[in-house]
Amino acid sequence: MSAMLEVRNVSKHFGNLVAVKDVSLRVAKGELRAIIGPNGAGKTTFFNLITGFFAPSSGEIFFDGRNVTRLTAPQRVKIGMARTFQITEVFPELSVNENVRIAAEVTAGYALSPWLSAERGRSIEQTVAGLVERVGLADKSQRAVGELAHGDQRAAEIAMALALRPRLLLLDEPTAGMGEQETYQIAGLIRKLHRDESYTIILVEHDMRVVFHLADRISVLDQGMLLADGTPDEIAADRAVQEAYLGKAA
Amino acid sequence: MRPGGDTTAALRGAAERRWAVLAGIWVVLIAAPFWLPLVHGYTSLGSRILVLGLAAMSVNFLIGFTGVVSFGHAAYFGLGVYGAGMMLRYVTASTPLALVAGILLGGGAGVVVGAMICRSRGIYFAMITIAFEQIFYYIAYKWDSVTGGYDGLRGFQRAPIHFGLFTLDIKHSDLAFYYFVLVVFAIVAGVMGFLLRSPFGRTLLAIRENERRARFLGIAVDLHIWLSFSISAFCIGAAGALYAMVNNFSDPSSLYFDLSGDLVIMAVMGGIRSFWGPLLGAAIFEVLQDYISSRTVNWLFFIGLVFVIVVMFFPRGLLGMFQRRRAA
Repeated sequence: MSAMLEVRNVSKHFGNLVAVKDVSLRVAKGELRAIIGPNGAGKTTFFNLITGFFAPSSGEIFFDGRNVTRLTAPQRVKIGMARTFQITEVFPELSVNENVRIAAEVTAGYALSPWLSAERGRSIEQTVAGLVERVGLADKSQRAVGELAHGDQRAAEIAMALALRPRLLLLDEPTAGMGEQETYQIAGLIRKLHRDESYTIILVEHDMRVVFHLADRISVLDQGMLLADGTPDEIAADRAVQEAYLGKAA
Repeated sequence: MRPGGDTTAALRGAAERRWAVLAGIWVVLIAAPFWLPLVHGYTSLGSRILVLGLAAMSVNFLIGFTGVVSFGHAAYFGLGVYGAGMMLRYVTASTPLALVAGILLGGGAGVVVGAMICRSRGIYFAMITIAFEQIFYYIAYKWDSVTGGYDGLRGFQRAPIHFGLFTLDIKHSDLAFYYFVLVVFAIVAGVMGFLLRSPFGRTLLAIRENERRARFLGIAVDLHIWLSFSISAFCIGAAGALYAMVNNFSDPSSLYFDLSGDLVIMAVMGGIRSFWGPLLGAAIFEVLQDYISSRTVNWLFFIGLVFVIVVMFFPRGLLGMFQRRRAA
């Protein structure tokens, strides 16, 4: 299978601190990859390198065969790498529909349009209604996002990311700070996007149940280095991973 | 969970309510010359309220719908006042040309200043808007031979408008002038309302709500803020041109910092999340000023008192209470 994302020997230094050290990985088209690791393992830094928040100190990143190492985050969004944020980033006072609609209109190139023809307006509305339906918010589409439950806000954010017509969906701790019910809701949504709609997804995640339940492959980071890379069964059986998580005594 | 049909019906209901409110507002405005005398008002007060309301709505295009605070918008209002005044005084006694001159002078200055400041945010943005306003104020104040300096520009009057078959005598008839102001108000407010319902308008709301998110959706935030600033300056320039005709006088205080503050107060009092709120704020401000200033020179104290009371009991402004009912 061809690689949707390929990371080659990427490192990131902040002064003397080496946050990410010589990490390489390939994510195939249609794959759901989870990136895990103990606290301080460099997961978030690594994620920010992929999404273009930081430029790597060395190494290269390829998206669908194209070298994106020097592209800014908004440029990467434009070519099909959409992300969600650890802290939900939405337009809180606007409705679910409006949130998704803004993303859809900007993607369609209408950001500067002072008006839309009836035909284009209808097409946008259909797109928006479809996305809102897919993330399970159809009955809440007119509510302001800021007053929805945490899980619903996350679902709205995912709908916004989908409105960008991504070929790669990057989710930064999608279930962070969520209760049992909401974690279940979001995990179900991610699974549906992956299995039924074959999105390529990379997610950074803390919740091990979510990771082992969803992921095709798991990459484990520890102290900025890639410790292991494999299927959930391989990772579960990996001694190095167990040591990183539970300490040498285990 | 509600079935989809309910949502559609609720949507239609909301749309119908919106049209009903809009129709109500226009009936009130069109009939104003007839009901104003019944409440001890008068037609030219109505014209003043429309003009300052339009100015406050223009400021609010930026504050309430783009999330960028300008404390220097009197600059573009005042340039509208002087643009119209100088056209009438020095060039030709044509009301339409005076209007165009005011719009172009106010809006043009907004385009230039906006291009220079659209990268700043928050308090820095607000401070720079004040700085530019002071520059324009001192030019008007010092350039005696053109602007009339401290005394302002006098010696012009709004001119009757000729439509070929008939003439609208806005010079002698307060009633005719009111309707002229209302038509200009309708066009300018209509442009702002139209833009806010467009994809471009929604990007402004997005910037207000979460600039970081807007940027990562691919919205060129600085460019959009510049456009919003410019649009707002053109609109307030139109209000300024009308103001010159209300008074037949271009007053340097129309460029001054105090007026910028008054416009923000009007917007906040009426409700910055509401399109029509600033008009209501302007009405309250102007009526209070008209009523109280004939009794005491300390009228500003009472306006301040009312402002504090409104902000305490209606933190989202008087019309802010009716916004976002969809939340329920």
